[in-house]
Amino acid sequence: MEAVRTHRGKVLVVDDDSSLSEMLTIVLRQEGFEPRVVGSGDRALAMTREFRPDIVLLDLMLPGKDGVDVCREIRSESGVPIIMLTAKNDTVDIVVGLESGADDYVVKPFKPKELVARIRARLRKFEEMAPESIEIGDLVIDVAGHTVKRDDEFLSLTPLEFDLLVCLARRPWQVFTREVLLEQVWGYRHAADTRLVNVHVQRLRSKVEVDPENPEIVLTVRGVGYRAGEAKALR
Amino acid sequence: MSDNRETEGGSRRRSQLKLAGDRVAAGVAHAAVTPVRATAGLWRRSIQARVVIGTLTLSAVLSILAGWMLMNRVTDGLLEGKRQAAISQAVAGVDTARSKLEASDVSNFIDAGNVLNGLISVLSPRDNASNDYYVVIRGPSLPYQSSAVAAGTRVSANLDVTKTVPDDLWDHVRSQPGSWYAYSQATFFSNERPKEPALVVGSQVLDPNTGELYSLFYVFPLKEQQQTLFVVRSALITAGALLVVLLGTIAWLVTRQVVTPVRLARRIAERLASGRLEERMHVRGEDDIARLGLSFNQMADSLQRQIRQLEELSRVQRRFVADVSHELRTPLTTVRMAADVLYDGRASFDPVTERSAELLQTQLDRFELLLTDLLEISRFDAGAALLDLSDVDLRDVARRVIDAASAVAERRGSRVRLVVPPTAVLVEADARRIERIVRNLVVNAIEYGEGNDVEVQVAANADAVALSVRDQGVGLKSGEEVMVFNRFWRADPARARTRGGTGLGLSIAVEDAALHAGKLDAWGQLGTGSVFRLTLPRRAGGEFAVSPLPLEPLEPRPLTTVAPYPRFVHETRRGIR
Repeated sequence: MEAVRTHRGKVLVVDDDSSLSEMLTIVLRQEGFEPRVVGSGDRALAMTREFRPDIVLLDLMLPGKDGVDVCREIRSESGVPIIMLTAKNDTVDIVVGLESGADDYVVKPFKPKELVARIRARLRKFEEMAPESIEIGDLVIDVAGHTVKRDDEFLSLTPLEFDLLVCLARRPWQVFTREVLLEQVWGYRHAADTRLVNVHVQRLRSKVEVDPENPEIVLTVRGVGYRAGEAKALR
Repeated sequence: MSDNRETEGGSRRRSQLKLAGDRVAAGVAHAAVTPVRATAGLWRRSIQARVVIGTLTLSAVLSILAGWMLMNRVTDGLLEGKRQAAISQAVAGVDTARSKLEASDVSNFIDAGNVLNGLISVLSPRDNASNDYYVVIRGPSLPYQSSAVAAGTRVSANLDVTKTVPDDLWDHVRSQPGSWYAYSQATFFSNERPKEPALVVGSQVLDPNTGELYSLFYVFPLKEQQQTLFVVRSALITAGALLVVLLGTIAWLVTRQVVTPVRLARRIAERLASGRLEERMHVRGEDDIARLGLSFNQMADSLQRQIRQLEELSRVQRRFVADVSHELRTPLTTVRMAADVLYDGRASFDPVTERSAELLQTQLDRFELLLTDLLEISRFDAGAALLDLSDVDLRDVARRVIDAASAVAERRGSRVRLVVPPTAVLVEADARRIERIVRNLVVNAIEYGEGNDVEVQVAANADAVALSVRDQGVGLKSGEEVMVFNRFWRADPARARTRGGTGLGLSIAVEDAALHAGKLDAWGQLGTGSVFRLTLPRRAGGEFAVSPLPLEPLEPRPLTTVAPYPRFVHETRRGIR
């Protein structure tokens, strides 16, 4: 279980501001991570392939290639958790960032502890993995193997989407409010920002639903939140 | 499905605007249900209809009047000629009759009859077929003959004398000398001949030998005149009707000339108002209408220019806010992190450096809050604030905020009591903004509540939801319940700084409420406390008449003795660390 933890978490920082990058490096080292800095969006993808980070911190406003594009590129190749750093708190910017594939976001100026807490929350997934198989709708989830199957066909989910699906599937009788999901999947406390949940549920649906317009796996309970669909996988 | 909606607040608001437009259109359609209403509406709304109907009415009245007068004049003229001819004929007839009488000798009633026969044959028109006129002559009314009037009366045709010659004309002629006339109906005994309008001229004829009185009547049929008048009348009616139609058509054409461009201008103005700023009127010629179009277009140009300028200004400001935001935040993040590192390591510093690190930390917090609030306010000012709508249970928001504020409450020694209805208080709103408003109100109430209890109340009615926060602090002076929402306003400048906060919280809360088409109002009494009430329409952009909660407390009494409302669930929460 602690196998992954033994090597220090590798963090790729993509930011053009050298002072901030240096400061981030100092703080992350202090917290026991192994940071690496990339100053432009153009080299971010190459560095991701080379460095194989456990998590990416990505500034949305970058010279050269835009942060959103970088995010999309990385996401097309890898499910590595991406936390975006943004100076804009407007819904449009945040939703665009999340829709391009980021798992979480931190608004500048952030406190170092807050950032570290988010990073830890994203890396936490490796801690509790018991062999377990869950059914949700016509899907079969192998929790330890980190795979989701529909009729022998594997679906490709990012770790966060997987966590979200598992969280809903473990208690199919329970309706999860967005706040509860934020706490259980993202590790937030007292957070009212439900945009994260909305965007990720949509992204999850686009991958696991046969018809995302009429979801059968992740159902919306109006005015409350979400719950898992009935298990109906055939044996 | 619902997620789509939540992330597309903008398009949803647009569709609601469109809905409101449809509702207006439906209202107009509804107004035109009954034809009476439709006509009334046409009269009220269309200048053209008014002018045409007015012209038609007026010209119809005038032509009826003119026609009537003309008819009278023509009738008078026609009859006058006929009358004069008739009277001269009658006078001549009297002379003839008198000379005939003079020449005859009447000694008995048989003679009298013969005389009458002679007279009638002399006076009758030579050519009987022409029916120019008829003659009636009546002999002296002898006492023995009085019972048989007919015996003394001779007629040149089969006229019904008693019906043709009016009674008063009989009397007149018998009693007074001279000639008299009257209009009457020539009535015949024969059924084939219909009545004819006629002029009857009657005269006394004195028998110079006997001194007996004869009455001589000429009956002139007015058939020709009547036919002429009939022709004239129908000509007049036709002319009048044509005139009225012509005038109406002219009025319609003329007003159309004026009204069409005006209607066009109205349509274009409506399009301009709905945001299609490129719309212009088509200008042709140099008349008044063309000048109207020209001025209209100039106005539209100037409007378009100014709106574009404002849009540009807003865009620039928005851009500026975004840039400032980014440019300021990035170095601030570095400073923030550096300060944090210093703060964490302060134990190893000398006291002066340690205190400096602490001050740096706390003031950075304040700086950060202020920056966030300022940027938020400029976003509102630039019109860049957008709603991210979802269904929110106001009770949950209140619970979360109260939980989060429990530390502050405990520090101040206040308890926060929550009074909520047992069922969900759902509202379509931006959860982040609503929570920010409520947090602001609750933290303010605790901060200014002087350690007394704070009550948060949530309620709903059909079209609105409300949340009120009541404290028992210093309260507000009269007039301050408006000023509290001003930017950087502080009740007591001398001691305000110790309270923390940026002075922008309530201003942002007001803007947030306004963005939801909601309202934020305040009530306060010096020494009693204050109440802040947030009211939101159930549907974003909807309307509400009354807030579900009263602003003023029913009676100012200490909150600790508030009697429980039977229908509400009470929740009293204490600050727990």
